[in-house]
Amino acid sequence: MTPVATPFFFYMLSAIALGGALIMVIKVNPVHSALALIVSLLASAGLYLMLFAPFIAAIQIVLYAGGILVMFLFVMMLVNIEKLYVEKMLNRQWIVGLAATAALALLMIGALVRSARTLPQQPLHMTEQSNVQQIGLLLYGNKTGYYLFPFEIASILLLVAIVGAVVMAKRRV
Amino acid sequence: MLEIGILHYVVVGTLLFIIGMVGVITRRNVVIIFMSIELMLSAVNLNLLAFSRLHGLHGQVFAIFIAADAAAEAAVGLGILIAFFRNRATVNMDEVKLLRW
Repeated sequence: MTPVATPFFFYMLSAIALGGALIMVIKVNPVHSALALIVSLLASAGLYLMLFAPFIAAIQIVLYAGGILVMFLFVMMLVNIEKLYVEKMLNRQWIVGLAATAALALLMIGALVRSARTLPQQPLHMTEQSNVQQIGLLLYGNKTGYYLFPFEIASILLLVAIVGAVVMAKRRV
Repeated sequence: MLEIGILHYVVVGTLLFIIGMVGVITRRNVVIIFMSIELMLSAVNLNLLAFSRLHGLHGQVFAIFIAADAAAEAAVGLGILIAFFRNRATVNMDEVKLLRW
């Protein structure tokens, strides 16, 4: 199954994702930043769909845009900031930080351009239909479950995070 | 029109990562720094999925693990933020200097 109109959707979704990310970094008000980040993450979910990963795209929408961003907005409601527009937006060493980031960006883009021709040109043949089944087999399969132990470690990590968040946010330990 | 290859997706992922890194390094507000970290994790996911298009489904499984990590990190980080705001009544990163002399 070949996707329809790939270049158009790729450029549109990339432009939305990058524009949302830029607005997130530039805006003074964190609520505006969170809304822009939701737009950016939804466009990224569209890009994941174009890469034949419908399950990850659904996780992106439900967990990032639906769960984590709602938690961010909730915390912004708890920590109300009155002096938002009179305070400085950037910290003191922002020029040095921008220079270092630009250097890293040049390094990464240069490495990409130099190594572009070593990439395999032909993508694998993947189907969208049985994506969830195949991921589930890799995670929990009897013979093919390579990632069963990392999955259990991830569950313990989530348990530790739950306990840690409750302890941190408690008024008195 | 130009054919869209894996390199295009990787370049978009790199640009998203760099924008997130600019947010982490230059902004003062801790909430926006956390959101930039989420953006960087999402960019890494995009790269993993692009390469899983070439090398099989293992990249998608790693993307699931990264999503779980992002959820854990956001929960703990926002808990720390609430505790800090209760003590210092600020959310600016450069005023977090309790351990600095």
